[in-house]
Amino acid sequence: MAEDAREWLETMTLIRRFEERAGEMYARAKVGGFLHLSIGEEATIVGSARALRETDYLISTYRSHGHALVRGTPPENVMAELFGKVDGCCHGRGGSMHMFDLARRFMGGYGIVGGNLPIAAGIALAGDYTGTDEVTLCTFGDGASNQGTFGETLNLAALWRLPVVFMVTNNQFGMGTALGRHSAVTDLQRKGESLGVPGMRCDGMDVRDTHRVVAEAVERVREERRPVLIEAITYRFRGHSMADPEQYRSKEEVARWRERDPLSVFGALLLEEGTLTAEELEQLDAAAIARVDRAVEFAEASPFPEPAALYDDIYVLGEGSRGWYSVETAGDRAESAPAEDTAAVNDEISRQLTSALAAGEDGHEPGSETP
Amino acid sequence: MAAPQPAASPNGAAGQVRYREALNAALREELARDERVILMGEDIGVFGGAFKVTEGLLEEFGERRVRDTPISENTIVGMGVGAAMTGLRPVVELMTINFSLLALDQIVNHAAHIHYMFGGQAKVPLVVRMPQGAGHQLGPTHSHCFEAMFLQVPGLLVAVPATPADAKGLLKSAIRDENPVVFIEHESLYGVRGEVPEGEALVPFGVARTAREGSDLTIVGISRMALTAERAAATLSAEHGVEAEVIDPRTLRPLDLDTILASVRRTNRCLIVEEGWPHGGVGANLAALIGEQAFDDLDAPVARVTGADVPMPYSKPLEDIAYPHEAQVVAGALATLGRTAAAS
Repeated sequence: MAEDAREWLETMTLIRRFEERAGEMYARAKVGGFLHLSIGEEATIVGSARALRETDYLISTYRSHGHALVRGTPPENVMAELFGKVDGCCHGRGGSMHMFDLARRFMGGYGIVGGNLPIAAGIALAGDYTGTDEVTLCTFGDGASNQGTFGETLNLAALWRLPVVFMVTNNQFGMGTALGRHSAVTDLQRKGESLGVPGMRCDGMDVRDTHRVVAEAVERVREERRPVLIEAITYRFRGHSMADPEQYRSKEEVARWRERDPLSVFGALLLEEGTLTAEELEQLDAAAIARVDRAVEFAEASPFPEPAALYDDIYVLGEGSRGWYSVETAGDRAESAPAEDTAAVNDEISRQLTSALAAGEDGHEPGSETP
Repeated sequence: MAAPQPAASPNGAAGQVRYREALNAALREELARDERVILMGEDIGVFGGAFKVTEGLLEEFGERRVRDTPISENTIVGMGVGAAMTGLRPVVELMTINFSLLALDQIVNHAAHIHYMFGGQAKVPLVVRMPQGAGHQLGPTHSHCFEAMFLQVPGLLVAVPATPADAKGLLKSAIRDENPVVFIEHESLYGVRGEVPEGEALVPFGVARTAREGSDLTIVGISRMALTAERAAATLSAEHGVEAEVIDPRTLRPLDLDTILASVRRTNRCLIVEEGWPHGGVGANLAALIGEQAFDDLDAPVARVTGADVPMPYSKPLEDIAYPHEAQVVAGALATLGRTAAAS
């Protein structure tokens, strides 16, 4: 238990320090797009993910840096993804909202609210169909509980007895709309009852309580082959994204929740229990900061994707699709560049794009295929 | 890559099967061939399918493989996405293409983009089948043609088979493909009979079918309109002395533009026939591609015959004039040749 506790605190601290730096990098325009931080919600991430086996699946939302990190995706690759670099875990294609690590069974961050629920049920269906006892943990926010996919997916998962643990991370707001203003039922664990999905609740500011409840749910789902809905009560300390003036809540409210900071409360508890010394606590934090420093250095050093990579991985190439060009027009380019010779095609695209970009054009040359 | 044309069989009748039966055979054969294939959809099991495409499959393969679902289009497709990402080969049936609008989030934001946005780590070998088309007085929410909408999305493959042979051969290819496929059937074709070759007879994506050879103009027909174009070509030949080449692309992504361009370079004239709306349609897209790549070979502007720019009305006389028929294709072809039906 002592080892677990230390590792949980280490991982929560890594996520916290990582996201603080990510926010700084965003302010310095190293990171583009949206950046949704989970600062304040770390216990929901670590407590739940640590209730899974390595063979179980985790799937989350656009607030997904922590979910990648907790599953073991190196911080270097997560930071490089934020930087849009080639060594990002999705080679710079997904960005902050779309982390993914198939090898570690982190099945992704999804930018569409509620979009990941049906996919989670499908993953569970495949596991069930092939006779495994794998469980899928699907996290989403309180706002997603109003999406059609919530009702549809919970119903189907209960009907087909699929091994999914649905976890609604209730951080009190769907973007800037408070729970009581977006959901008629605010006791979210009950929202699955009419769909045949029993509810449970955990204190999402307490990593031990979260772990206890999710572990119980995971094993129950694994045994009984029925989904469960867990509501984790938590709070995000930062804005919905970096572009959030936070006019919908008071500083006092945020301050009250910050008193329950899952990291400092758990750290103090471990100190009090004698699991960690004050010196070890400091070392643990310093190690996280150093690791994040290395992640930033790595992301800085990693190159941006080559222009030719623009067309990579649109299709799985094979008999059905011989190349993006054949999908587009199957014109002269396809004839001049055999399917096997994608390198030559890529060189050609690269050359055209580079010259077009250098000429200040938008990359579409007259007479070439419309990309 | 050889293009297996559904050639006329000398002893025809034995191979005559309905489009619906050809699809059913494709599903049956793939279910039998590959344990990873499962079917999901509304009323595909006990009911046998709204258009009876899946008839008998539940009895043969059981509820584990052939799954009746609740009416939850977006979630059914999304479950197909998740199951495909983790090793299955789901085939999802949507009752009509209009219902696919409820599943657009999963088809476009998820199925089409997952391979790309996750850096190639996951693939989505999912087939989403659905029928489209007017002619049964089903009105504005059950009769449309949306192939142009799906054609627009990179990451999707789009099939629009017009014959039983292509329906079977393309569906089998679709199920074996590693990419998400939007497989668009046509309600009015389910009962149409045609030759279907024995055995595997896979039809590859991206290879057009030249339904009729001719030198005066090229007619490209999409989905059911390939058959309408063939009939029009027969009339053009018999009554107007015009020999039209009829091309059915069979798949819109990938698109066999080479075959279309080669034909247009020989005939110098092109008419595109589709049942869908004119704005942003398949024909609009194709006309642009032909204009960009074969402008010097054209003796006349690329012409189109399309569905009317209206929601599909219920009343029979109105519905009849809201989508193309043989007469309009004949008239369109003659106009492209600078002739009118009366003058010829």
